[in-house]
Amino acid sequence: MTRINPLKPSERMKIPRQEATEQSPSKRSINFLEVSYGFDEERAIVESTRCLECKEPYCTDGCPVGIDIRGFIQLVLQKDYVAAVNKIREANYLPAICGRVCPQESQCEAMCVLGKKLTPVAIGKLERFVADYELQHDLFRPPAIAEKRHESVAIVGSGPAGLTCAAELAQMGYGVTIFEALHAIGGVLRYGIPEFRLPKEILDLETERIKALGVKIYTNFVVGRTATVDELFDEWGFSAMFLGTGAGTPTFVGIPGESLSGVYSANEFLTRVNLMGAYKFPQNDTPIKIGKAVGVIGGGNTAMDAVRTAKRLGAEKAYLIYRRSREEMPARDEEIHHAEQEGIEFLLLTNPLRIIPDGDNWVAGLECQRMELGEPDDSGRRRPVPLQGSEFVVELQTVIEAIGQKPNPVIQATTPGLSTTKRGTVVIDEQQGTSRPGIFAGGDLSRGGATVILAMKDGKNAARAIHEYLTKSALKQG
Amino acid sequence: MYPIIRKSILAPSITRFEIEAPFIARKRKAGNFVMIRVEEGGERIPLTIADSDSAAGTITIIVQAVGGTTKLLCSKEVGDAFLDVVGPLGNPTPIKNHGAVVCVGGGVGTAELYPIARALKDAGNTVSSIIGARTRELVILEEELKEISGNVFVTTDDGSYARKGFVTDQLKDLLDGPSDIRAVYAIGPLPMMKAVSKLTAGYGITTYVSLNTIMVDGTGMCGGCRVTINGEMKFACVDGPEFEGHQVDFDELMMRNRTYVDKEKISDAKHVCRLTGQLVPDRVRKEAAS
Repeated sequence: MTRINPLKPSERMKIPRQEATEQSPSKRSINFLEVSYGFDEERAIVESTRCLECKEPYCTDGCPVGIDIRGFIQLVLQKDYVAAVNKIREANYLPAICGRVCPQESQCEAMCVLGKKLTPVAIGKLERFVADYELQHDLFRPPAIAEKRHESVAIVGSGPAGLTCAAELAQMGYGVTIFEALHAIGGVLRYGIPEFRLPKEILDLETERIKALGVKIYTNFVVGRTATVDELFDEWGFSAMFLGTGAGTPTFVGIPGESLSGVYSANEFLTRVNLMGAYKFPQNDTPIKIGKAVGVIGGGNTAMDAVRTAKRLGAEKAYLIYRRSREEMPARDEEIHHAEQEGIEFLLLTNPLRIIPDGDNWVAGLECQRMELGEPDDSGRRRPVPLQGSEFVVELQTVIEAIGQKPNPVIQATTPGLSTTKRGTVVIDEQQGTSRPGIFAGGDLSRGGATVILAMKDGKNAARAIHEYLTKSALKQG
Repeated sequence: MYPIIRKSILAPSITRFEIEAPFIARKRKAGNFVMIRVEEGGERIPLTIADSDSAAGTITIIVQAVGGTTKLLCSKEVGDAFLDVVGPLGNPTPIKNHGAVVCVGGGVGTAELYPIARALKDAGNTVSSIIGARTRELVILEEELKEISGNVFVTTDDGSYARKGFVTDQLKDLLDGPSDIRAVYAIGPLPMMKAVSKLTAGYGITTYVSLNTIMVDGTGMCGGCRVTINGEMKFACVDGPEFEGHQVDFDELMMRNRTYVDKEKISDAKHVCRLTGQLVPDRVRKEAAS
């Protein structure tokens, strides 16, 4: 490995971490435009000079898909941004998306040596910069595709796992067809993540690049209903399949009042806004209704997305109600920070007990109780324990429950021999293989609720496993 | 895109469409529904599949123009196409040979009932049908139901045709009559299904109802369609849409379905010209918007 940065490590360490410019909190909390503007070229170059070009780059160990981070940062330093983005694309086909939604602070940047004493290199922002540079200058050229193979593979679900698996297999020369239940592709990237974190335009461009690899896409196709898994094998002639249908079924807390008007699952709330464009009602036909005060129950990224969306829809008060403390929140630091800046009020160590009706079947309030933290539970986080006699009422008109999702049961119920767990997730082995030969699975469908990048990792590993499986099958058939 | 192959008007504001949707046509069973999005920016709405022809690759839907989206949908003509049609969704109606059954349809619900009545007949049941409508011109599928039912009774709220009164008046007469009715299938407005369920509960007769709820995706993702069945939360789109009527909390569902009443008025008005009261063609709206 050759170092290309002329500065001595001690000099590099004197350069402060570059910050991306952002829309001001007061401005952005009333619009749906992207919060962060990302790096401009100047900042990207300065930031890339901070990289110590470690002999053994730990950052790559922290990346679930193993991007050659040092390599792409060196290319940024050389101002060869297209080579840099292509370097990323060798490991990750969706850089403009990952540069925006990956929790870098707990992955690559957490491993950066600079971060031990100072602040880590802004790897995520650099990834986004090169991806955006390529987009803005229309410099994308599809990568080389291996010699065409005669087998074809069905990908069920077009979220991050499915898209990644499709891209990998298409580059290996397989015929790839994606089946998506909704009318637009992207899965959770489309219906779950809001415009202000991941603009739909970026998602559309990234998915166009999947199509550029020759991948066929059927939208409005619910596998299990429109055709079963077995019909796809027997009648459509697929040789293998990847299931990446995510965890799209909402769970409810189970407190009284959940059928009142004004109570949403985060999934419904976000789907109305993100997929159906309800924030542009009545220009778009799908409505959404929120009150002056909105409470979102939960502490994950979905809860942050929902509460920040509520604020943008015009809620005067937007509460985040979470039963543990800030330390235990599963949401990304950046999202929590942004939410705080935007005026979201955090009601921590607060547990909802019942939703109070207003006499006309609408929500009027949420009765809660205070909690304190006890001994750690199975998840390693300290278990919240109710404080007796601490009940109080939060006045609000909208309740959004963001306490987690589970997999949609349709495929499991219509595919004989596919093993599932009690939680409804599909059982997989280390190679992403399910109990049915030729069927692989990954992402939230097998994990039950994780991140975009882990779903992509599964999609990538599954593509390798499918390749191995098909190669072996071909050998057997001689 | 899903092209419209045939269109006919069954009654004022009630339109029948045959749509090209070969994958759905192949798999569809009585009781299944589709989600339809008419055009870009439109809502996804659930509609029961009234019929299908797997050889021709078509499905049939029967739609009453009541709100913005259904009015827009009904304004489409042969040669136009719907942007998105997805299905077949929901569980098929539980069909078995009960012996004697009564099928009760209210308003446009009769269109959803018809394929079920036919499937029940094919399964060996003796089928009686009751069609309820507000007024004479809204009575649909009477002839079609006569072909499969031993008896077809019609009630109109205003007495303009056949018996004046509600479907429950007729149903009560049948339940009190000599035939040994073992099951009732009722599809129509929620108050009608509630009244039917209340009546049959007194006789201890199994009653199936098909619930129309708020839905966004129709595949189990949003939970907007949650209903309380026997004290438990169920999703109409994946656990239903049909449930045992005696277990349904109708009052809760009727209240919930009022959630967007005011927004629906706004959306409805958007599609209708304020001067003429007529639906504004897409082209004009698009030009006005740009």
